[in-house]
Amino acid sequence: MGSQAERYKSGVMPYAQMGYWDEHYSPKDTDLIAVFRITPQDGVDPIEAAAAVAGESSTATWTVVWTDRLTACELYRAKAYRVDPVPGAAGQYFSYIAYDLDLFEEGSIANLTASIIGNVFGFKPLKALRLEDMRIPVAYLKTFQGPATGIVVERERLDKFGRPLLGATTKPKLGLSSKNYGRVVYEALRGGLDFVKDDENINSQPFMHWRDRFLYCMEAVNKAAASTGEIKGHYLNVTAATMEDMYERADFAKQLGSCIVMIDLVIGYTAIQSMAKWARRNDMILHLHRAGHGSYTRQKTHGVSFRVIAKWMRMAGVDHIHAGTVVGKLEGDPNVIKGIYSICRDNFTKKNLEHGVFFDQDWAGLRKLMPVASGGIHAGQMHQLISYLGEDVVLQFGGGTIGHPDGIQAGATANRVALEAMIKARNEGRDIWNEGPQILAAAARWCSPLRAALDTWKDVTFNYQSTDTADFVPTATPA
Amino acid sequence: MRITQGTFSFLPDLTDAEIRAQIEYALDQGWAIGVEYTDDPHPRNFYWEMWGNPMFDLRDAAGAMGEVLACRKAHGNAYIRVNAFDSSRGFETTRLSFIVNRPAEEPGFLLKRHEVAGRQIQYTIESYAAARAPEGRRYE
Repeated sequence: MGSQAERYKSGVMPYAQMGYWDEHYSPKDTDLIAVFRITPQDGVDPIEAAAAVAGESSTATWTVVWTDRLTACELYRAKAYRVDPVPGAAGQYFSYIAYDLDLFEEGSIANLTASIIGNVFGFKPLKALRLEDMRIPVAYLKTFQGPATGIVVERERLDKFGRPLLGATTKPKLGLSSKNYGRVVYEALRGGLDFVKDDENINSQPFMHWRDRFLYCMEAVNKAAASTGEIKGHYLNVTAATMEDMYERADFAKQLGSCIVMIDLVIGYTAIQSMAKWARRNDMILHLHRAGHGSYTRQKTHGVSFRVIAKWMRMAGVDHIHAGTVVGKLEGDPNVIKGIYSICRDNFTKKNLEHGVFFDQDWAGLRKLMPVASGGIHAGQMHQLISYLGEDVVLQFGGGTIGHPDGIQAGATANRVALEAMIKARNEGRDIWNEGPQILAAAARWCSPLRAALDTWKDVTFNYQSTDTADFVPTATPA
Repeated sequence: MRITQGTFSFLPDLTDAEIRAQIEYALDQGWAIGVEYTDDPHPRNFYWEMWGNPMFDLRDAAGAMGEVLACRKAHGNAYIRVNAFDSSRGFETTRLSFIVNRPAEEPGFLLKRHEVAGRQIQYTIESYAAARAPEGRRYE
């Protein structure tokens, strides 16, 4: 590059030459690594674009500044070190960028994201930018609390093992009075669900104020627990305008004996971390509804992939996260969903490009995050749900419970019977993927609510092309 | 009423052959089988009486099934469950837990409401069986 004097001469210099590109750089174990999908403007060299992203997400500005020379600037410069064309997508590149650990404040998602996604997405030389994945070093993970409760402790508290948990979101999601709302909660829990859930936009509206809702819901939860002998819960959504309001609502939920509260992703990373600490302090399970994520996760060329959001949320410390159903009404390619579920639940997530996972990730003992499958699923898909999603998951059948022709209790019972019959058959060694419909039909012979559910929804599927898919497909290797 | 704790309570009571198949599954996963019983089925009674320690060294479903039958013979009118324990890192917990015996009659639970200020209610769940007799004589 020439002399230091030349490097720091006033003026504009390509980012790559400023030190933000180093093809020989070998990332340290303590580096954060981000892989971005960059779509440079026509005529912009992809390497320069990658270097610009590295620069703008670390120390650089648009021109040379002499004040760099007062710092250990080479350390603080993020380094783009690898740029690969995206398979099958002309004009798009995966660029790998390494960041030194000292660039980040310990235990702060806000600080991490202010760097990584802070400025760069509006950068003019790029047509589009997407953060695809990140490798978080163990040293940094150890500065985060992680899930307040985690899958293992949640199951032990609830005394529920060996099967997915079952939930439902109260419907209609807006408009019910508190007393009518609690009725739905009671019926669903009594019928066999483990949890019922407030929806993302149920906070404290004119038709139902939060205190009233909490009181009626806890009557429903306790009454259902007494009538079944099981521990039950309702995710009381404490999302509100300010932290003070959220703490007030969460404290009230605790005072009423709720085992779980809920927040929405839209409250922001700092508020989420605050609530995760509150949940750990107060022995509360913390459910996160990913409200808003689709606005930046779904399109492949822009935004932040959901697998990255899932990583951040495991670090931030929530216990439940909506992570896709594959078969339901919302976006979810099977391979991408597998990748997201492994990020939530593994001790060590292995690199798997077919699942969209770019890096090995050691989770450093952080507790496991329970994925939640919700949106357009029903009892007739039970074999597919268990095959795709496994056992440590909350399956939420909202319409599939409340819309049952014989009532909410019958809807809940249908789902629970379908679930238990399928788990039992799987454990007995049966091939549930192929025999699922027969297993359900056999259970429906003695369980009329299940029979009615299967009759009502047997033909409902949501077969649309996925938007967010993995870019790598398996290729046959020569024998 | 029918207490619906455990993995398979919404299904008809498992036959001995079905119980054995589940035990075989658990052993195939490398889990240890434990048998527990109680006459206090409160949902937050986490510690049922152990019918011996979990059988870490027993890899034979017939042997585990023998313990289920022996426990049933001694406590035929109690709740009995089979637990499977996984010692692997990241779990180190129960992985499967299902009821294999119930009292002939299950009276269930009373929900007690203690009304306090501000429309709040403090709830307590009380087992009718546990309230009417001391341990060991509740389901006679």
